Parts: sequence; structure tokens; C-alpha cells
Amino acid sequence: MSAAMTAPPIRAIDAGAPMMELRDIARRFEKKLDLAGRIARRLGAPVKEEVVHAVDGVDLTIRKGEVVGLVGESGCGKSTLGRMVAGILPPSGGTIQRNGVDIRSLDAAAAREMKLRTQMIFQDPYASLNPRMRVADIVGEAPLVHGIVSRAGYDAYVDEQMRRAGLDPAFKRRYPHQFSGGQRQRIGIARALAVKPDFIVCDEAVAALDVSIQAQILNLFIKLRTELDLTYLFISHDLGVVEHISDRVVIMYLGRVVEEAPSETVFAQPNHPYTRSLLDAVPRIESRKRAFSVVKGEIPSPLNPPQGCHFHPRCPHAMERCRVERPILKEVAPGQRSACHLNDAA
Amino acid sequence: MAAPTLEVRNLRTHFFTRAGVVKAVDDVSFTVERGKVLGLVGESGSGKTVTGFSIIGLVDPPGRIVGGQILFQGRDLATATEAEMRGLRGNRIAMIFQDPMMTLNPVLRIDTQMIETVLAHKKVSHEEARQRARDTLGMVGIPSPDERLKSYPHQFSGGMRQRVAIAIALLHEPDLIVADEPTTALDVTIQGQILAEVQKLAQTTGTSLIWITHDLSVVAGLADDIAVMYAGRVVEHGAVSDVLDRPLHPYTAGLIGSVPSRNKRGEPLRQIPGMTPSLLSLPPGCAFRSRCPRAAEACLAEPEIRETLPGRQVRCFRPMTEAAEQAA
Ligand SMILES: Nc1ncnc2c1ncn2[C@@H]1O[C@H](COP(=O)(O)OP(=O)(O)OP(=O)(O)O)[C@@H](O)[C@H]1O
Ligand SMILES: Nc1ncnc2c1ncn2[C@@H]1O[C@H](COP(=O)(O)OP(=O)(O)OP(=O)(O)O)[C@@H](O)[C@H]1O
Ligand code: SF4
Ligand code: SF4
Ligand SMILES: [Mg+2]
Ligand SMILES: [Mg+2]
Repeated sequence: MSAAMTAPPIRAIDAGAPMMELRDIARRFEKKLDLAGRIARRLGAPVKEEVVHAVDGVDLTIRKGEVVGLVGESGCGKSTLGRMVAGILPPSGGTIQRNGVDIRSLDAAAAREMKLRTQMIFQDPYASLNPRMRVADIVGEAPLVHGIVSRAGYDAYVDEQMRRAGLDPAFKRRYPHQFSGGQRQRIGIARALAVKPDFIVCDEAVAALDVSIQAQILNLFIKLRTELDLTYLFISHDLGVVEHISDRVVIMYLGRVVEEAPSETVFAQPNHPYTRSLLDAVPRIESRKRAFSVVKGEIPSPLNPPQGCHFHPRCPHAMERCRVERPILKEVAPGQRSACHLNDAA
Repeated sequence: MAAPTLEVRNLRTHFFTRAGVVKAVDDVSFTVERGKVLGLVGESGSGKTVTGFSIIGLVDPPGRIVGGQILFQGRDLATATEAEMRGLRGNRIAMIFQDPMMTLNPVLRIDTQMIETVLAHKKVSHEEARQRARDTLGMVGIPSPDERLKSYPHQFSGGMRQRVAIAIALLHEPDLIVADEPTTALDVTIQGQILAEVQKLAQTTGTSLIWITHDLSVVAGLADDIAVMYAGRVVEHGAVSDVLDRPLHPYTAGLIGSVPSRNKRGEPLRQIPGMTPSLLSLPPGCAFRSRCPRAAEACLAEPEIRETLPGRQVRCFRPMTEAAEQAA
């Protein structure tokens, strides 16, 4: 089976070396006008197509072997960032380096190879699995097409992939609808790992699962990480899950990274006021009849984000400067970066 | 001591489907005291929503309440007529759904909907009804309620829509609110805002609340009592501090153990093996048997729920009554 594999075109890198480096990455989406808007414009009203800055100037480095957690509330740009990292959505600005190579400089064959080595696992395994394909083909098709496995080795290979993801190979002739939610997520995992990636983007991969099943799948991710030497970008809105699985945590708000630090630091000494609000709002199983703390205000529309610091309308510490000047992500402690003007005050 | 607001006794609600009888709720008992919050927790398909629907009389065919009692202020709702239920629903008992659009009408302005709801159960003037609507919107933390009354549901964010739905539930100061996962779809900061409002309201109005959720952490901070459901049955019922600190049922203990914050970072989580059995083909005996680390010969018989310790109900032949066992 390994004879069929092509040698990786990218030089092997050491543990701890940057595997994914994003510089000033941005992604804009045009919101097309609806019918009412188009009519209004025909009649001469000053209606413009709106632009969403889904991801707005993000720097992020992920090192080999790391699990980086990406958290934030809905619409802050987590999935958009994840899709750019996975190479399935082109950025509208900035650069992405994979193992030190700018991905735009790769030729077609190398780019394809790169895509295979970065796999994505989604929230709704059902939507991402072809309902008319048997599990064996869902898992085995890509490795066969890409020459990772030969016809002769196919059956054994599929069995091995299924077993590794905790699925009984006896069920390989079944269709996705014949499995429970947790098992379908295992199929998604087996499919992703079958093409031998070294980097996995998990986008809300356990969000739809019950706690007891969620624990099983998280345990599988943890086991596979060591077994296969994987690096993860783990996207989730659930801080408890992210805290458990991540070495480092990145927090986004309305398209921007507001704080980034090792897991222990984020949860013990959060710096950014938004991070602190978020942590205060998370329900904890240890709490008893507590007064729920409250962040004021709603999440603003990403179509029309506040000027300056995006968080200023909700921030208890907002100053004049926050309304006009965008705070830059700066190191505030070893390994901890935060984008807040308060850090300049001292 | 005053009588409880609600007492559910041995409730059974079954669905008679072509594939067989789905015993969605099969022997559920719990009590909700006046002014208290009961957290009804369990994993997907355990029967939480069907229990809630049974209480407010919204079970539709092929479903039917086939046994037990739902004593609301002493009156049995399980045998009440649809006309009686209509008089109570939205008045003395209200429901809040995960999707606020179950309550809201998309084509009507908020004031129209709220005033209609007030007038449905109260003989007051239109102006008084509007006043009540405005006050209630203010109570759930909606800024500038006068303006907001003139809006349509689509002009609100998801969180604001849910607040409006909660306000509608509160219009008649009901004695009981059944809330089915009302914050599950919301962002955590918005959920925090709503939980804070709800907690304040429960304390000040004396309304009893059944808060249905799969999230033990929400219940930990919000509820006084908890009932844990598994495969259509309540398996444990008691005060939140007792149940979450010293669970008696192996399933409750397993659920708590699976919560990531209860585990050391990066280490495997304690997990419950296997998955929930199909309600169509439950094996005989304890429904949790195939996943239970304590299962024994005795568990081949069906356990009844019983008071194992004062104020604590558990459905298990071998509850975890020893401190050493609970630590394990
Ligand atoms: N294809 C698209 N076209 C237009 N707008 C888009 C598109 N994809 C994303 N957006 C917008 O970009 C913003 C960020 O979306 P994204 O899905 O990345 O957020 P998210 O953090 O993953 O949210 P969630 O937690 O809800 O999954 C949102 O305002 C979204 O509406
Ligand atoms: N109309 C129906 N016909 C047949 N079965 C039904 C019907 N409604 C509910 N059920 C079944 O009853 C059982 C309990 O469902 P219920 O909706 O109460 O679960 P739940 O605990 O609320 O789950 P979730 O957390 O997913 O909302 C499920 O097995 C479900 O499939
Ligand atoms: S920059 Fe200003 S508004 Fe933004 S988080 Fe810091 S203090 Fe608050
Ligand atoms: S009755 Fe037996 S199988 Fe059921 S929970 Fe108790 S110990 Fe486990
Ligand atoms: Mg997303
Ligand atoms: Mg439900």
C-alpha cells in the first residue's frame, strides 16, 4: 500500500515548526441585493450591495502537533477562517503558508497534494455524506482515486480505516442513514483520515451530539492525535469542549482575533474584556443557583460592524479611543496576545 | 407546607406508529414546588419534549396519554377536556419553545399578538392590554418597548425574538411555565442575559418553571430540583445540589463525568459506552443495563423509582450510595 504512495513534495518538518501560517488573511462576501433592494435602486434610491467582512485581517500560526481551539459566537467568522485554512475557500487578501511554502506558489500537482493533507470534519456529518453511497465507498473512494491504496489492498484498507474510527467493518455495506449521529461522525472521521492528512480542521464536529456521544468522539480525536501525529484547528462555540482539547485558544469577535493564548492562560488569566465576558457567561456544572452574569447588548451585524474596536458598544471599559481606533493584537504576556487599548494605558 | 404547583404521577404517553408502539414517556413522576425551577434533563430522544407537551395538552395523534396523572393545583390535566386546556393554556400554564416562531406569528406586529393574548383570557380595555404588553416586554429586558411593540418578528434578532416569546408567556402571570430548550439555539452571551432575566422573574413572581434542556451546566445554575430522564423514564429526581454533587444513578454519574470541564485537559473523557437503545425495542429489565458499569443479575428485572435517601428518588437496583463509589 505504501508503495503506491508518492513521496510528499513538502519537506518533512520538525515538531513545533509552523505548519500553517496566516498573515493578514481577509475574506469578504458580497451580499446580493434582494428584489426590494434591486427595485429601489432602479428607482434611483442610493442602495448599494453590502459587503460582509467575514474575516478581517487575521494572523495565525499553527505549529506541528498543536491543537488550536477557535472560539467565538455565531457569525464571527470561524467557519470562513476554517475553510480558508483547509484550502476550500480562497482568501480575498493575505497569505497562507503551509510548511513554509506560500500555497499560491504551488503547481497544480502540489496544490492537490496539499489539499489532501488538510482535511475538514463538519458539524452535520449527515449533510456531508453522500446518502446513496455505501460506507465502504465513502471511506475508500478518495484513497483509491489518489493512488493511496491499490485495488488489491482496498478491502483491507477500508476495514482498517473503519476500525480506527471505532466502526465495525461488518457494517461497511450499509448506507449513512442506517447509522446514529455519533456513528455518522465516525464515518466522517474515517473518510477524512483515509487520505492520510497531517492537518485536520474540525468545524463544530461535536456540536450536534449528545454529551455522552460527544465524549466518545472527543476521546477519538484525542487518541488519533497521538496515534497519527495530527495537528488540529478545532472550531467550536463550546468553551468547555475547547478548553478540554486545545493547547492554545484563539478567540474571534466579528471577523477579528481579539485574544490568543495557551489554554491554561485564557481560562485562568483572560486579558481581553470580550474573553472575560464570554467566560463569565458560560454555564458551569459546578455553579449552584448563581446569578448569571450579563454582557450587555447584542452582537452587532457583521454587515455594519462598529468602528474602532468592534466590541466597544458592549465593553464595560470602552474609552473614547476605542470608538475610533482599531486595537492591534499585541503580546501582553509570554505567548498571550490581546487586541485591547487598555493594555497601552498602564 | 403549600401543595406543589404540579405533580406528575406515573405519566405514560405512547405513540402508536406503523412500526410499533413508541413508549416515548413511560412512567414519569416528579413534582414542581411553587416558585421553584425544575430542570428536566436527558439526552436526545429521552422524552423531555413529549413530557412537556403532555403537561400542556399538545400531544397529537398518533400520540396519546395512556396512563398516569398530571395534577396541576390538584386538578388532573391528563383527563381534562380540550376546552378546559384551552382555558388554562397561555393563561395559568404557558410554554416557551426552542424556536420562538412556534409562539410568534410572522405576519402580525408584536403589539397585535400580545394584545390579542391578553384579551383572550382577560376582560380589560385595549389600552390596558397594550400597557400590560409594554410592561412585560420591559420585564424581559427589551429596550424601548414602546417602539418595539410596533415591530414585526423578523425585525428582531434570535435572542430578542425569544425574549418576546418569553414576554408572551408571562402576560397572564402564569402559575407554571414549561420552557423547552429556549436558549439552546442562542449564543452564550445572549443565553446568559436570558437566564439572568428568567432567574429574576422566578424569584419575584412565584411562577414555577420546568426548564427542559440537555445541558446539565444550565440546570446547575438555574434550577432548584432536577429530574433526569433516560429512555422515557425519570431515573433520578432530587435537589440539584444532591443530584449533581452525589449522583445515585449510574447514568447520572456517567453524564456528569462526560462533561469536559469535569475532566483533566487533554486526557480522555470518562465516557458512557454504547448508545441509547431504540424505544421500539427496549430490552427487558433496566433500560440502561447494556451501558451500565454496575449492571448485575438483578438488573434483568425492571427497576421501580423509589425514595432511596430522604428527598431523593432513584430508579436503580444498585444505586451509588457509598461515597467511595461516587468518587470512582
Ligand atoms: N457564502 C457566504 N456568502 C455571504 N456571506 C457569508 C458567506 N459565508 C459566510 N458569510 C457571512 O460571513 C460571516 C461569518 O460567517 P461564518 O460562517 O464564518 O461564521 P461562524 O463563526 O462560523 O458562525 P457559526 O458559529 O454560526 O457557525 C457571517 O456574517 C456570515 O453571514
Ligand atoms: N409524533 C411522533 N410520532 C412518533 N414518535 C414520536 C413522535 N414524537 C416524538 N416521538 C418519539 O418520542 C421519543 C421522545 O421524543 P422527545 O421529542 O420527547 O425527546 P427529547 O428528549 O425532547 O429529545 P431532544 O433532546 O432531541 O429534543 C423519541 O423517540 C421520538 O422519536
Ligand atoms: S479596546 Fe476598548 S472597547 Fe475594545 S475591548 Fe479594549 S477597552 Fe473595550
Ligand atoms: S438497575 Fe442495574 S443496570 Fe440499571 S442502572 Fe442500576 S445498576 Fe445499572
Ligand atoms: Mg460556523
Ligand atoms: Mg425535545
